[in-house]
Amino acid sequence: MTTSEMLLKAAAVEQARGVKYAARKRVNRIALVLALGAMAFGLFWLFWILFETVRLGIDGLNLATLTQMTPPPNDEGGLANAIYGSVLMVGLATFVGAPIGIMAGIYLAEYDTKGWLASATRFVNDILLSAPSIVIGLFVYTVVVSRFKSFSGWAGIVALALIVIPVVIRTTENMLQLVPPGLREAAYALGAPKWKVILSITLKAARAGVITGIMLAVARIAGETAPLLFTALSNQFWTSSLSQPMASLPVTIFKFAMSPYENWQKLAWAGVFLITMTVLGLNILARAWAGKNKG
Amino acid sequence: MQTAIAQNSKISVKNLNFYYGKFHALKGINMEIPEKKVTAFIGPSGCGKSTLLRIFNRMFELYPEQRAEGEIMLDGENLLTSKKDVALLRAKVGMVFQKPTPFPMSIYDNITFGVKLFEDLSATDMEERVEWALRKAALWTEVKDKLNQSGSSLSGGQQQRLCIARGIAIKPEVLLLDEPCSALDPISTSKVEELITELKNDYTVVIVTHNMQQAARCSDYTAYMYLGDLMEFGATEDIFFKPKRKETEDYITGRFG
Amino acid sequence: MSTPPRPKAARSGPVFDRIFGWLAKGSAIFTLAMLVAILMSLVVSAWPAITKYGLGFLTSTTWDPVKEEFGGLVMIYGTVMTSIIALLIAVPVSFGIALFLTELSPAWLKRPLGTAIELLAAVPSIVYGMWGLLVFSPVLSTYVQQPLQSMFSGVPYVGALFSGAPVGIGILSAGIILAIMIIPFIAAVMRDVFEVTPTLLKESAYGLGATTWEVVSKVVLPYTKSGVIGGIMLGLGRAIGETMAVTFVIGNFNQLDSLSLFQAANSITSALANEFAEAGEGLHQGALMYLGLVLFFITFVILSLSKLLLLQLRKNEGDKS
Repeated sequence: MTTSEMLLKAAAVEQARGVKYAARKRVNRIALVLALGAMAFGLFWLFWILFETVRLGIDGLNLATLTQMTPPPNDEGGLANAIYGSVLMVGLATFVGAPIGIMAGIYLAEYDTKGWLASATRFVNDILLSAPSIVIGLFVYTVVVSRFKSFSGWAGIVALALIVIPVVIRTTENMLQLVPPGLREAAYALGAPKWKVILSITLKAARAGVITGIMLAVARIAGETAPLLFTALSNQFWTSSLSQPMASLPVTIFKFAMSPYENWQKLAWAGVFLITMTVLGLNILARAWAGKNKG
Repeated sequence: MQTAIAQNSKISVKNLNFYYGKFHALKGINMEIPEKKVTAFIGPSGCGKSTLLRIFNRMFELYPEQRAEGEIMLDGENLLTSKKDVALLRAKVGMVFQKPTPFPMSIYDNITFGVKLFEDLSATDMEERVEWALRKAALWTEVKDKLNQSGSSLSGGQQQRLCIARGIAIKPEVLLLDEPCSALDPISTSKVEELITELKNDYTVVIVTHNMQQAARCSDYTAYMYLGDLMEFGATEDIFFKPKRKETEDYITGRFG
Repeated sequence: MSTPPRPKAARSGPVFDRIFGWLAKGSAIFTLAMLVAILMSLVVSAWPAITKYGLGFLTSTTWDPVKEEFGGLVMIYGTVMTSIIALLIAVPVSFGIALFLTELSPAWLKRPLGTAIELLAAVPSIVYGMWGLLVFSPVLSTYVQQPLQSMFSGVPYVGALFSGAPVGIGILSAGIILAIMIIPFIAAVMRDVFEVTPTLLKESAYGLGATTWEVVSKVVLPYTKSGVIGGIMLGLGRAIGETMAVTFVIGNFNQLDSLSLFQAANSITSALANEFAEAGEGLHQGALMYLGLVLFFITFVILSLSKLLLLQLRKNEGDKS
């Protein structure tokens, strides 16, 4: 080929590339715009839901809401017994479930790490983590409510604890794995027994992360309705006894919101507001604390 | 191959073999570690010096694929087959690691952690022990006013001296140092080296180092290891100025490694 | 200072160490036992219905508590349809969000935006349900359903999809809300697997002159394929098991009259939520338990597949790196 022929061919190739590139560039731009759109789409729903929750929730929120008991339809009242029930059941469920979860997380990270029991437990745990919580409710109904022939706060606590455990196991194991092995070895080298190395050194080093995990577990069960539907049921009145059906915020909201009564709906919004603020607050707090402690 | 040492042996190693799974990492090691002297293990990367050190306090037992066979006599007993609780062995044979590992607690609690495992001391006795250990580690003057601060608030060199103080506080008889200065700056390094020379008045010290000059400066006896074999063992001046084996001489003079 | 006599024993003996080990192991076994116990209790409770109907339960649409005749097809249909709609919407959106977060977003925005999306996952489902019923469905009815209905009325097949009362509840409504709920899960997994694609791989593609879209669609996506599918299955698993959000807007209607998207229906979870507390012991409860067993079984299979796919991806990464 002569030089001019080569130059012409190069120019043709260049031009063909240019045209193709323009098309590719267009496709690229469309794709990126759509991605931006998807992001905006996601954020749109978040803001709309939060906005409405705050707007309608604050409207129904006043001192009476926090101090008076759930009323019959078309009557004045509040959510006090539901709030009390939720706080009590969530607290006790965490109290029961967190230690079991931490111990199992310790087993996975410090004892058997690669053994068959550890692998099986991890697998099963991840399934339980995402399993339908209503099934947990059915299980606890069969095992507790049927056995004792009554719905009760205890049953609700068991159901919620069974949801706390997988969450805590997952976060505890992850946090313990982040502790550098040198720290453990230094403790062993001093002659410390295994349990002391785990509790005084490893767990302590992972403390911030483990607490974050517990906070996230609390946030999760604070909003759970399904597992309480057939365990703690609900109660129109105040109970301090855990062997009676117990009111909880989510179940009360369910009942009130699906009803046609306006005062009930208003209270339901207030309840939704309270739950959302608590859950989101805990989530943000947990993340902020984890970030701060990672240094 | 053996070199007779005219000293008391604190640790006698007889025909020691070590395996990482199927890999034969240490081959038939025979060695006498003299009492109240500093013995250095030197050699190129992968020669087995750290591996050998970590057998002396049975640290390898934390990892199931690691296995040791042979005899290591400490005070008349084979520490590999002894029925006594390994924690007691580790109280006798202390270890300081390559990277400083302060526990997530105050300086004071770091020191007392090991002591509390084995002894019931009154508050005054405990304070005395803490001060004694920190003085021995040449750290007391720097931290005496901030004993309640976290161990990780100290500089790297100070943290490493804290780990040394922590190891000394339980009054071991042997001190194993695994490349204790590798993460430190030169000034901290020289402070730790001074410390090592003093420590041998009270303890048998075994130090692993990849820094030959450090071995020459600090130790009384040196073991040269290569690919899992003990090549030569002797007084430090002998090893460095009159090595008996060509391999030793090659390594010392930097012809390889 | 004189050397104290050597201690004869460590202060806390090996017995305590062993007890601690047993406690830890026991807690791990507890988790396994939970799964087995749940499965067994569901089977036992569902037994009256299982023995009466066998697998025919899954294909019958009769649900009559009065005559004590039960069949689960209505609920299964509801669960499946709403989940399909949810996936159709959530997968592309999640992909876009993951793409944005990994390739487009400026560094300082990544964390806050990522957190915002994760907050969507933290919102309790009852909030979605109530918002869905009282805020969203009127809007859906006015701005989406009624126009769609008038646009397609008279058109064969497609018109049937949009028939029925356009009041904002039903399969479509539940599907859309489910989509919003599972977007954060799928997006988070996609973002995580996109992020662990080796930079060198992406740089080689850019170096050849590829555009961002081409790098993502032709290099990153194939590389993370099993992870992406695993993430989608995770979202599916969640959608299938979701209760409160669906219960509020699906309409609680136990018949399968038409295939319209606007039709009120029932899902397994909403049927359980609405009927279980008052269901009579015996066949009614047994039938509901049977539904619960079906649900648990489907969820178990989907979540197991998801986990296996994600583990597969991690193994491939290990091989390649």
